[in-house]
Amino acid sequence: MWKWLHPYANPEVSYHFTGKLIPWFSKLTFTLLFIGLIWALLFVPADYQQGNSFRIFYLHVPAAILSMSIYVGMAIAALSSLVWQIKLADASAAAMAPVGAIFTAIALITGAAWGKPTWGTWWIWDARLTSELILLFLYLGVIALHNAFEDKTLAGKAAGILALVGVVNIPIIKYSVEWWNTLHQGSTVSKLGAPSMSSSMYWPFVVCFIGFICFVTWVICIRFRSEILARNAMRPWVRDLVNQQETK
Amino acid sequence: MQFSTFAEFIAMDGHGFYVWLSYGVSIALLTLLVFFSIKTNKNIIRQIQRRQQREEKLKQAAQQHQDSISQEVTHESTS
Repeated sequence: MWKWLHPYANPEVSYHFTGKLIPWFSKLTFTLLFIGLIWALLFVPADYQQGNSFRIFYLHVPAAILSMSIYVGMAIAALSSLVWQIKLADASAAAMAPVGAIFTAIALITGAAWGKPTWGTWWIWDARLTSELILLFLYLGVIALHNAFEDKTLAGKAAGILALVGVVNIPIIKYSVEWWNTLHQGSTVSKLGAPSMSSSMYWPFVVCFIGFICFVTWVICIRFRSEILARNAMRPWVRDLVNQQETK
Repeated sequence: MQFSTFAEFIAMDGHGFYVWLSYGVSIALLTLLVFFSIKTNKNIIRQIQRRQQREEKLKQAAQQHQDSISQEVTHESTS
């Protein structure tokens, strides 16, 4: 049933496949984020309690959700690399880490800028904020370990173990607003199909969220291709490919 | 449209600073991420090209060296 996946374990096949995806996802990203963010900035009504600071929601929530999803994706890749020794899984985990770190930073910064007018403070050591900050440090640790060894297989193993241990932080972030009394508000769009917000606020969120997913896919594809090239530099197909680029 | 004038849009009822800070930082970080991802890709391709050229040169040098040795050998044997 899953045999169709097998060819994609070949770096050359994956390299060309992601190469075909890149132009599509870059176009989708620009279109969706352009529409979504203009919608969020100009046409969404101001929140009855939070006023115009609510517009930060359209960056903050997608970034926060993706910072956790990318981490889970990276951990799954790290697990399959450690268990089945799939070399491409290492490459994809290394490609995901910096993207996840940027999204975590965006979630933290937009959160601080939203917290100031809403709570009266940029930062507070509450459960949600602290666990998200730990997520950023986990990402930085994974990136550092990937770059700490000349041998990429060894680096992948070390970074993979850290990534797997760090998964424990994900449910803590997710449920922190329920387990502890925090300043951070509960989730706004948790219920699939029945969001607890008005549709005039919900649909621009959907557009922004899908736009950010396309952005993540696009950038991960670019980075994944770099990782493949770096790990297969001595292979004949890479040599041919590089020579062709030279003649272009 | 929620704002009647451009000044109102920038001010956002006093929340302008926070909103524009968020959007500015986010877009800047995302742009930097894309920029450096593409740059890394190009750098790696250039590195591999350079390594290949170096290997090619080494191979040629070794070949020339081999040729000169064999020439010397034949020269000595004839004289």
